[in-house]
Amino acid sequence: MEAIAQKIREAAKRLLSEGKVDVVIGYAKGTVPMREYPYFAYTPEEAENLTWSSFCCNNLALYTIRRPGRMAVVAQGCVSRNLVNLINENQFKRDDLYVIGVNSPGMVDRRKVQALFPGKTITEVIEEPEHLLVKGQGFEERLERKKVFRSNCLTCVQRNPVISDEMIGEVGPEGHGGNIDKVAAPWEKLVPAERWTEMQETLKDCIRCYACRDACPLCYCHVCFVDEAQPQWCGKTQDEADVATFHILRAFHCAGRCTDCGACESACPQGIKMRRLTSKIEKDIRALYGYRPGMEIGAQPPMSLFKPNDPQDFIK
Amino acid sequence: MSQKILAKNKLDAFLQGLCRDQDLFAPVMKDGKVGWAPVATADQALWDFSNTEMSPKDFFFPQTECMMRFKNVQGDPQGMIMQAEPALNRPRVLLNIRPCDAKAFQVLDLIFVQDEMTNDLYWRDKREKTTLIGLACNDPCPTCFCTTVGSNPHGTTGLDVLLVDLGDKFLAQALTAKGEALVGDLPAAAGGDEAKAAELKKAAEGKISGGVAMDKVNSREVMELYDAPLWDRVMESCLNCGTCTFCCPTCHCFDIQDETQGQDGRRVRNWDYCMSWLFTMHGTGHNPRGTKKDRVRQRFMHKFKYIPVKRGGEIGCVGCGRCVRLCPVNIDVRQVVNDMNA
Amino acid sequence: MRNTYVPYPVSIKEVRVETEDKQLKSFWLQFLNSEDASAFNYTPGQFAELSISGYGEIPIGIASSPTEGRDLLFTVNKVGSVSSRLHNMKAGDIMGVRGPLGNSYPLRAAKGKNIVIVAGGFAVTTLRSTMNWLLHPDHRGDYGEITFIYGARTPGMLLYTQEWTAWQNSGQAKVCVTVDREAPGWSGLVGFVPTVTGDVAPKPDNAIALICGPPIMIKFTQPVFDKLGWQSDQIIMSLENRMKCGIGICGRCNVGPEYVCKDGPVFTKTQLDKLPREY
Repeated sequence: MEAIAQKIREAAKRLLSEGKVDVVIGYAKGTVPMREYPYFAYTPEEAENLTWSSFCCNNLALYTIRRPGRMAVVAQGCVSRNLVNLINENQFKRDDLYVIGVNSPGMVDRRKVQALFPGKTITEVIEEPEHLLVKGQGFEERLERKKVFRSNCLTCVQRNPVISDEMIGEVGPEGHGGNIDKVAAPWEKLVPAERWTEMQETLKDCIRCYACRDACPLCYCHVCFVDEAQPQWCGKTQDEADVATFHILRAFHCAGRCTDCGACESACPQGIKMRRLTSKIEKDIRALYGYRPGMEIGAQPPMSLFKPNDPQDFIK
Repeated sequence: MSQKILAKNKLDAFLQGLCRDQDLFAPVMKDGKVGWAPVATADQALWDFSNTEMSPKDFFFPQTECMMRFKNVQGDPQGMIMQAEPALNRPRVLLNIRPCDAKAFQVLDLIFVQDEMTNDLYWRDKREKTTLIGLACNDPCPTCFCTTVGSNPHGTTGLDVLLVDLGDKFLAQALTAKGEALVGDLPAAAGGDEAKAAELKKAAEGKISGGVAMDKVNSREVMELYDAPLWDRVMESCLNCGTCTFCCPTCHCFDIQDETQGQDGRRVRNWDYCMSWLFTMHGTGHNPRGTKKDRVRQRFMHKFKYIPVKRGGEIGCVGCGRCVRLCPVNIDVRQVVNDMNA
Repeated sequence: MRNTYVPYPVSIKEVRVETEDKQLKSFWLQFLNSEDASAFNYTPGQFAELSISGYGEIPIGIASSPTEGRDLLFTVNKVGSVSSRLHNMKAGDIMGVRGPLGNSYPLRAAKGKNIVIVAGGFAVTTLRSTMNWLLHPDHRGDYGEITFIYGARTPGMLLYTQEWTAWQNSGQAKVCVTVDREAPGWSGLVGFVPTVTGDVAPKPDNAIALICGPPIMIKFTQPVFDKLGWQSDQIIMSLENRMKCGIGICGRCNVGPEYVCKDGPVFTKTQLDKLPREY
């Protein structure tokens, strides 16, 4: 992991000193364990702060939106797919972007790690090739990385970047063995009333901070529907209906665009599993249109394109 | 006020007394998270924990609170006239609240209740009817920095009783008349107990590793801090989400909305947050804090400059570290304030 | 203890369309309970939250003067959902008023001084209140010269025409009303407010100026006052920001440490020079 980080720093330094880009957007080491943060390096010296680890959970494609100038972005599979999405949605030009590609090792869910040490404070987590060494007040334990992966990383289908101008390290294997179609399966077994109960259970802790939306590179509307005042589409209270309206409408607005990067769940301060919703929608999109978002520049997202032979039997 | 001893095998009896005529709440573990819930017995409550994930401010300032109701009929003699919601009908006790969170309520008292006009009865009613029994922190976590913002792991500000875990028993310090009434019947503490509590306090203070320096923030003018170059970097990664404000024990911004359903109408207040670009947007489309930088700066300036300027030096932060732990992009308030102070 | 979030119930007594574009309407409001009317003690420069049940509240400057009696006058621009709803309401409808809120123009402290009022567009509302208060026989003798400079885009966009005509005719004040461009039937001044202010050239000696208007007017009027030798603490302005609580809690109207709703809306230029331009 550190070897990759070193190569990212070298690439960033080179790009900045040669003046090829104005900024390199990558990750830097956080001030708390298991939380790296989006970092903007403008000079070769600042590029020294870049890092790469199991805790790079933010989707950096977000920061390219409405950003002037030429930028380089450190991109693993999902981030690159979101960059492709944004290019396809005319948010910026491919030429303004330099992709520093990395094979994703699979990122770790800090909540899963914390759950193994209930009530205890973790003070340090040290990366080892296939393990994490977790240290805290009065304990130390070695965990297998894969056991504490974010669930979206377990079911990832694209660990290598789909576009890159420079590949850091080797092109690695795709996937971690999980089956994305199974994430949605629990919903499918439920009758509508049960689904609604399940939905309420999933969303019950939501505090409407909108971190999921704000961390999402699909959510770049100038005014989000949930913020619209005239007309007001969605109430502002903590009532179940208002909370559910936000999550359901947002999920549908992302239909056919979500790359399952997991940034929403990683950002959520309450540990809400909004992927339960998006995974089902994306499964339907795959089944109905044979489409995976962000895999190819020039591809047309099915929800913004009408074809006479589009499946229509789900419209009732 | 008196120093008493609460034996660990007497906790149930103590709790029974507490919830006889009042609603009793304490931190509990649910779904792997520490949060507040009603309790009746000692084993339902947590006695060894760092802090609740979210601040307990919603006991006094619920995220959604109906302020008043009206009959939504124009022309009816009672129609369209707002009637305030009734006050809290039962007193409450919050058990095992951390000193930082209790301190936060006292900061908020200065804002919610200022004079005859700025006199938030919704806040005040719940404050007056709630007793706070604190649990001193013997093991502050690495994100705690209370001692550097005027609070303390064994702080008593805002509490009615402070419990200190002495290992085999609790030292119960009554801090107000309300507190005295709750612990008055417990056996008195011995000199050794108080000395042990003092030792634990010193040890806890010593465990606070990081923190903020405020001297230059205090001495600099508003505009010097406002125009400082640091904001261009602080704002870069910020998502402008509401996490830091919603988990914060002192953030108190709100929105007021009317809702109607047939003949029933109500006026509701909801937490709002300065990170939202709509927060300050005028009806004309003009926005005084139109950029992300403006909004990020507002939050830190509000807590560390504006509140101190207006409230006699009181800081709008108690060092609980929640925002440090929960910020999705790791914007660390300690770093930001130290940069303001640089 | 009064719950200051609960509005006083009032009924709409009279509605008047003020401007040719029909975007501005004036509402005379009458308290339903006389004790509420007695409790509502205000001075010129203060504002109130107008409450339309089911729609919300909007902060609006009080255009009437306490010298005019118990009823309250508000002139409202139609911009958002609450003001649009209000524009559709009629005499007899029930709504609410919460206040009075904020500070006021420092008229008592300015006793013995000359008063210069500069208003642009519909920001004239609280200055109407001020003029009526100053010209009232109980107060007029306490002040020196009173100058009222007011401009709008067209004659049809001028508010309170009857009233400023009466002030003009009374000889109690120097009234200079202007429109941006020549217009049929208009025989008064023509030109922008800053230009007219320059022509009138109010003297800074023993005087204060109350300036209210759109940002562009303020921007160009200030240098005129600077040139005439006015000091920052003589120039008084009223700010507007988005508000909800109106009592200094909810956190959105602040300009630096000052809450426009509670510490303002009236500030001296000396104060504003030390604050961020977040308004």
